[in-house]
Parts: sequence; structure tokens; C-alpha cells
Amino acid sequence: MYAFTYERPKNVADAVKLLKKADDAKILAGGQTLLPAMKLRLASPATIVDLSGVKGLSGIKASGKAVVIGAMTKHAEVMTSAAVQKAIPALAHLVSLIGDPAVRNKGTIGGSLANNDPSADYPAAALGLGATIHTNKRKIEADKFFKGLFETALADDEIIESVSFPVPEKAGYEKFPNPASRFALVGVFVSKSKDGVRVAVTGAGEGGVFRVKEMEAALAKNFSAKAIEGIKVPAKNMIADLHGTAEYRAHLIGVMARRAVAAAK
Amino acid sequence: MSATGIGAAVRRKEDQRFITGTGNYTSDISRPGEVRAYFVRSPHAHATIKKIDTKAAEKMPGVVAVLTGADLANDKIGGLICGWAITSKDGSPMKMGAHPAIAADKVRCVGDQVAVVLAETLTQARDAAEKVKVDYGVLPSVVDPAKATAKGAPQIHDVAPNNQIYDWHLGDKNATDAAFAAAKHVTRLDIVNNRLVPNAMEPRAAIAEYDAGNDSLTLWNTSQNPHVARLVISAFIGMAPEHKLRVIAPDVGGGFGSKIFIYPEEVVALWAARRVKRPVKWVSDRSEAFMTDAHGRDHVTRAEMAFDANGKITGLRVKTIANLGAYMSTFSSSVPTYLYATLLSGQYAIPNIYAEVEAVYTNTAPVDAYRGAGRPEATFVVERLVEVGAREQGIDPAELRRRNFIKSFPHQTPVIMAYDAGDYNASLTKAMDMIDYKNFGQRKAASEKKGKLRGIGFSTYIEACGIAPSQAVGSLGAGVGLWESAEVRVNPTGSVEILTGSHSHGQGHETTFAQLVSERLGVPIETVSVVHGDTDKVQFGMGTYGSRSGAVGMSAIVKALDKIEAKAKKVAGYMMEASADDIEFKNGTFTVKGTDKKVGWGDVTLNAYIAHKFTGGQLEPGLKEGAFYDPTNFTFPAGCHIAEVEIDPETGKTEIVNWVAVDDFGTIINPMIVEGQVHGGIAQGIGQALLEGASYNADGQLVTGSYMDYAMPRADDLPSFKVDTTVTKCPSNPLGIKGCGEAGAIASPAALINAITNAVGHENVPMPATPSVVWKAAQAAAMKRAAE
Repeated sequence: MYAFTYERPKNVADAVKLLKKADDAKILAGGQTLLPAMKLRLASPATIVDLSGVKGLSGIKASGKAVVIGAMTKHAEVMTSAAVQKAIPALAHLVSLIGDPAVRNKGTIGGSLANNDPSADYPAAALGLGATIHTNKRKIEADKFFKGLFETALADDEIIESVSFPVPEKAGYEKFPNPASRFALVGVFVSKSKDGVRVAVTGAGEGGVFRVKEMEAALAKNFSAKAIEGIKVPAKNMIADLHGTAEYRAHLIGVMARRAVAAAK
Repeated sequence: MSATGIGAAVRRKEDQRFITGTGNYTSDISRPGEVRAYFVRSPHAHATIKKIDTKAAEKMPGVVAVLTGADLANDKIGGLICGWAITSKDGSPMKMGAHPAIAADKVRCVGDQVAVVLAETLTQARDAAEKVKVDYGVLPSVVDPAKATAKGAPQIHDVAPNNQIYDWHLGDKNATDAAFAAAKHVTRLDIVNNRLVPNAMEPRAAIAEYDAGNDSLTLWNTSQNPHVARLVISAFIGMAPEHKLRVIAPDVGGGFGSKIFIYPEEVVALWAARRVKRPVKWVSDRSEAFMTDAHGRDHVTRAEMAFDANGKITGLRVKTIANLGAYMSTFSSSVPTYLYATLLSGQYAIPNIYAEVEAVYTNTAPVDAYRGAGRPEATFVVERLVEVGAREQGIDPAELRRRNFIKSFPHQTPVIMAYDAGDYNASLTKAMDMIDYKNFGQRKAASEKKGKLRGIGFSTYIEACGIAPSQAVGSLGAGVGLWESAEVRVNPTGSVEILTGSHSHGQGHETTFAQLVSERLGVPIETVSVVHGDTDKVQFGMGTYGSRSGAVGMSAIVKALDKIEAKAKKVAGYMMEASADDIEFKNGTFTVKGTDKKVGWGDVTLNAYIAHKFTGGQLEPGLKEGAFYDPTNFTFPAGCHIAEVEIDPETGKTEIVNWVAVDDFGTIINPMIVEGQVHGGIAQGIGQALLEGASYNADGQLVTGSYMDYAMPRADDLPSFKVDTTVTKCPSNPLGIKGCGEAGAIASPAALINAITNAVGHENVPMPATPSVVWKAAQAAAMKRAAE
């Protein structure tokens, strides 16, 4: 780790000021990606703006229509929240599959979404449920938030404050973990609501999380595993590495999607 | 059996300090005035070093010195060596390239050290290391052993044309070829034994300190064999005379072979400490460990087995290319030769065996012994061939094994080894009962109903441990003898110190060695301490590897205890005014035969030291004896592992649903520790078969350089093992011990791959059999079935 300046603002406005002032600042929102990268000297921000002292960024509010999760809410809190488990059990299930207990007790939803790791779980839930990301500046629909590998619509001085997940009729998440990292080799989140069906895939796409429109159309007509049995996702633009070929990942999307539909509740 | 003697499941004495954080590992040690070392390592797999500019680094805060290969050469510090000479088929010696502790002219793998920075703090050293400017001339590289000797492949060491280190063979080629010509059936397999990263929990570390007053050096390091380290660093590297170099390996957190070897960093630490006249501390980080610890396995093999009309094996022919990496590590040459080809007879009476092994250089980390060392590779070849041969001939794999088992002992194989004792049918039968083999068909049908593929696979393995008779290994090229030493010091109050040349880095010697003493002397294990790992305290010893500490190390202790008992009887004789010949010793009490006279252990030990009952002319005072034990044969642990798996054909995910291990380790000192060794060994073998594989890309970059990509086995990857034993005692050592440390890692990969190939109905399942690999194999099998 290189030397850096550590800042711990008390409110979002101060955090934004610090981000604007510093040359090369990074937000610390749990640090489960940033800190290991800094320890390996792969990341060397001059300033760290730690959001853990900002009041009001943490907590879960659930209504019949939506579950709103504060950006600094830890994975463990979401996973064990009775409100989340009741309103969107698939979301609580997804969060229970992130990392290990240590990661889940430090990592946050805002940190995960802002990082947009192509193999992370949370982006699949955000896109698969059609979430809205609330920042200090605006509201961003999930469909417009994820912009490719580790890229999002967030500006440099923009901070996620909360994430609003509409409550679906039913939803399911199936994850096939990478045997080494246990990140998603392929993870598929499906949801059915009055606005339609969403199928979001993480782990597989070279451009990060994406939707499978063909499956969504088929499931909109008939929300069953059988309805998507014949749909083959092309291997083009899939990640290929020593853990799985592009063809394997494309195949797993079908398997995980069918299982997610079957498990949806 | 006493509560703490041989055969008792005594809790490990050492665990209290290990699990309460009061152990003393190398990185726990700090010396006054120490500086921290950080190595500048090559980012290229193969390159010339055109120029190194250290000026900017030297000006960085806290920097004490920046040293390069040129400085090392100026100080006439020798390079690292491989200590086992192998002779090629044509009679030529192996081609060992120079291995300087800091590369001077050329780097040969990613991570090769090109400079070392010494600074007041680690961060300062690291910061300065980034300022060392190295001008490389990048060369083409080769990482695949099968391509290393191809025409036009990059030349790695000038002394080894076409990167060939040796082209060695063992066995009778003509007789084996004739057996194949006459065979009724031949089974052929192409096998890759995947490269593994050892991943000991404690990374390597070294602290070196120079004492100017005595002109002597002390090295604390993570070594499995500190005396051998001292010998090599003194005699071959020329650092200091042996008596001016002390090597201390304190608590060591796992080795699995990777800490047997002498590494560049500890040599540099010693040299640098004397140069800057301050202690130098180096601790590997995990990334360095992935890059620079000697890796294991990495064989490419073509193997063939010939059968007659009755399914009897008539011949075995093996051609292996062994990747030794960029430099020959300390014992690298012996692993794919005398630790591999000599075990190719397995548990079977095979009349004709011929093995050819070509060892090659590549631009990868050095490869050397890793838990099992050669024997897992041999077992994998033999047990895959037997299983596939049975399938091809329509014979039950257990039945084919039984037809070919060696049944009478001693048995001379065609590949050097003379097996001394065993009952291979007993372990096979017991394992089959334990896994309920006869009802496997029902379980398979039940799995199929759920849409799952179920498979079962055997591995009836053998290994050679108790390494080894010194004269025998000397005749095969070893540069050292492989005996072991012990000294037993009995204190006046009767407590006992065992000084052993064995080294414990997780094996539990402090407990098992104390159990031996407790059994022999009738003393509580609390009054026995085991001293090891310090060349100033302990007489020369050979260290721990090759499952040798029980069979060889404890045999030395037995010899010394025999002498202790003989002398104690003399003391007791003087105390009770009887002849030593009439003294009997049992459960810690000395009695005079045929009388009620007796004295206790503590009385005798005190009298041995106060010497009031005998004169100096009659008996030397004191009670301290030493012994060196040289084995008369290898030991041959053997057994049967059976794996049962259920595979999800849609994802290729393998679930191990049942695992049985029945091992014959001869006499067992502590069944709990032995069971732990078996569990750990199986976990490592499952790791190799299912999860682990070091992977370099075409440019020689290590792709699996962290746990993000290198999959270590975790608890939820493993089933609950069913473990049992059968016993035939080893006839060649006094306790009848065979050794247990490596068996699990040797036996298990073949059992698991045999089960997976059985489930998917396709033999080409390379290791690691990741879900992606198994899915592809299941697809291929399904396509083949569809075509038929």
C-alpha cells in the first residue's frame, strides 16, 4: 500500500467537496475490492474518502411497493433483514451468496454497484429487478447505470445514497460460483412483475451485467422453466478464461435461468 | 497399551501454542537493528539483463543498500545446486544450468530475482525497489514441457541444448516391447499430471544475522531440514564454514515438500547481513509464494499397459516429459526418476516395465518434491491404466486388480523396489465393504432418476517411504545419505529431552515422539520434550520429508533409548547390588529378577548423575545417548481409496458423495494424528484432481497467481471421509512403521478421476476436473452415444 490521505466526512456534501478538491480521490464504501487492490499496489489513490462516518446512508426501508436500501448498508444486514426476506426473498438469497462472512460484514451495496465488477452478484439484482439508483444528484435507472466492465453512469463527484428495488410478484437468483474466487461464473436473476419479466446475467458477459431479452419475452408469455428451454444464448461476447470457455458460460446461462425461474418465489 | 504410549490417540501437545497464537514462527522473530529485504523480480519470463541502475533507489528514504547479481559474484557467493545426479541413457550426466541467488545476465522465469533492496522498513524497501531500473532484452519463452525440446524453442540454459536436462530410463526395453507384441489387449492413455502450487499456510521467511566478533552467521528460516540447508549453504554456496553457520528452523507452518529446498532468498539474506553488518529479514508475501515456491508435479505422459487373455498385466510402458522449470531445485532431478518410475509396478506383479523420462527446462518456476513427490504421478499412471483396462476388457475393476495383486513377500519388482510386506486384497476388500460396493448399481439408478450421473473409482496405491537406505540412494545418485539421528538426554530428575534430526512442521512430533518415550520408559509424556530444528542444539540430521520421521526418525530414537535402558540398568544394578543382567525394566520400575527389590525411574536417573553408588572406573556418570539409524529398506505403505461421485450433467459440477480410505501404515503411534494426515492428504489429492492447477500463459505469466484464480480445496468441497486401516508391520524397522504423511495425496487423484470418468462415460477428463472440463467430457460422451 502506498501512503494516502484519509478523510472521513460526516455528510454527503462534505464528501463531495473532498472528492472535488482532491486530485485522485477514491470513495471507500466497505473496501472489499479497493483495499486488496491497494495492498497489492494495483490501486494508488492519493485520497480516500471513507463514507462510513456519513449519517443516513445506511438502513433498510420496505413497503409493499419497494425495498429501499441505503448505500452503506452491509451485505450481512440485507441478508438477515426480515423485511427483505419477506418482500424480495431472492434478494436476501443473492446477498447470502456474496463472498464470505468477513466480506458480507464489511462490503456494502453502494460499493458493489459503484464498482460494477462483471462477476459481482448485486448488479444482477439491480438490473434483474429494475432498481433505481439514487445519488446525491439524480435518480438513475439500473438499465442506464451499468456501462461496461467496472464502468457506471456515476460522475466522479457523484455518490450513491440509496437503491430502490421494486417488489416483484416473484423473483429468483441462481449462481454458479467460480471454483476459486466464488464470484459468479454465471449468475442469473429473474423477476416477474406487472411491468414485465426481467432476466439479468452476471459473471458471463465481457461487458458486465446484461439482460436476455429473448428469455424475457418467452417468460412474459409463460413464466416457467420450460418456456426458455429452447433458447440458446450465443457465446459471442462471453468471458472466456481458465475457469470456463465462452460456450460453457453461454450454456450455463440457460441452465441457471431455468433454475432461477423454477426457484422463483 | 498405556494411556500415552504407542497406539494411544493422545491430543497433540504442540496445539496449545499453535491455536493460542503463542507459537514462534520465523516472521515472529525480530533481531535488534534488523533491516527488511525486498526483492526486485523479473516481470518477464525470459530476458537478458542489459543494465541495472540502482542510483535512484539508493537515494530513497531508509535505504541501506541495493545489491545485485554483480555484487554477489564479486563476493564469490556460489549458486544454488541440485543434489541428486541423474545419468542419461547415453551415459552423459544431467545438464545443470547455473542458478545464481540473484540473476546477473539473464532471467529465466517471472519472479526471478534481479536485485534486493535493504531498508529500515518493509515499505521503504518496497518503495525503493520500484525505483530500481532494469533494462531487459526480452526473449521468446516456452512454458509447455511438451514444446520445450522442439526445434526452434528458446534456449534457456547454454549447458542444456534443446532444454533437455536428461533423458533417463529404467527397466528392460526389449522384454517390455516383446510383452506388448504378444499382448491380447493394450490400454493406452495420454496423461497430464497438473502443476501445483504448494500453498503452505506460512509463507517462506528468513532472518540472517552476522556476529562480527565470532565471524559467524545465524539463519532463522522456514526449513524442513535445517542441517541440510547449513551443509549446502556452507559447502556448495561457500557462505561460511559449517561450524560458523547456525541454522534455526523454529515453528514452521506447513511445508508439503516446498520447504525442503534451499532458496535464493535465504542465501541472499545471509550474504547481505554480513555485507551491511545488520540483521536482514525477508518474509515472502503470498504473491511471491505463488511465483517463487518450488511447484509440484507437471508431467506429460504417454502410458500403455499390456494384458494377456486372462486380464493379467504382462507389461507397462511409460514415456514421461517432466517439467523442472527454469532452474534445477535442490532435489528436483530425483522426483520424476527414482521417486516415480520405481513405483510403476503399483500393487501388481508386472513382469516387464520400461519407463523413459525426459526432464526439461521451461520458463516457469522451478518444480521439485511436493507431498508424494513422484509417487502420486506414478500411482495416477498405474491406477488410471488398470481402471481403464478393466473397463475396456469388461472386467470389474476390483476383480482385475485382484487378479494382478502381488500376494507373496518379499517381492522384487522390475523397477528396483523390493516390497517387504503387505496385504493388498485385505485393504481392497475392507474398502469395498465400507463403501457398500455391491449396492452401487442401486445408488446409480437412484441418481439417474434425479438426472444425475453417478460414478465410482478405485485407487489401490503403493508408495515407497522411510527414505532411505543411504548406500542404495548413493548408488542412484543422491548427494547425501538418508539416515536419521537422535540423542536422548535424561535429566537427573528423570525428565527426558529428545534431540531429533527430524523436523516437525505440522506433523505432531512433539506428541508422537513423546509417546514412544512414554511407552519405553514408563514416564508421562508431559516430562518429555522434543528438541529439533536448530543446528547448534541438535546433532546433524536429515530432516522431514518422504513420510520418513516415523520410520527413520523414530527408529533412531529407539536405538538411543535401547542404549539409555542398558545404561540405566547398570545404574540400577549398582543401586540394588545386583548384576545389570539381572535387572528387569518395566513401566518405569527396575527390579532384580526373582526378588522384590525395586527402584524407580527417578531414583535411577538421579543416581546416574550423583554417581554415589559406583566409581568412575566402574561406570561413566550421566545418562545421555545418541544414535544414527540408517534404514535397510524403503517402507511400503499401501492401501485402497474408493471415491463415489454424483455429477450434475447440466453444469459439470462434481459432488463427492462418498469416500473410503483403507490404508496399511504398519504400526501406528497415534491414530488421531494418522487420521488427520490421511484427511489432509486426501484434501490435497482432491485439490489436485478437482480444483488446483498452476497455469502460465504463452508469455510465461503466471495466470493463477492468487486465490482468485488458483482454487484451493475448501471444507464444502470435501465429503466426510470414512477412514480405516489394515495392518501388516514393516519388517525393516524396529517399530514396524511404514509412514502415513503422503498416502492421501498419492492415492486420491486417481480414485477421483476414475470415479468421474466412470460417471460421465468418457476417459478424457484432464485434471483439474473443473465443472467446465467435466461438462465438456459429458457432452462428448453424450455425442458419442448419440452417434452410436
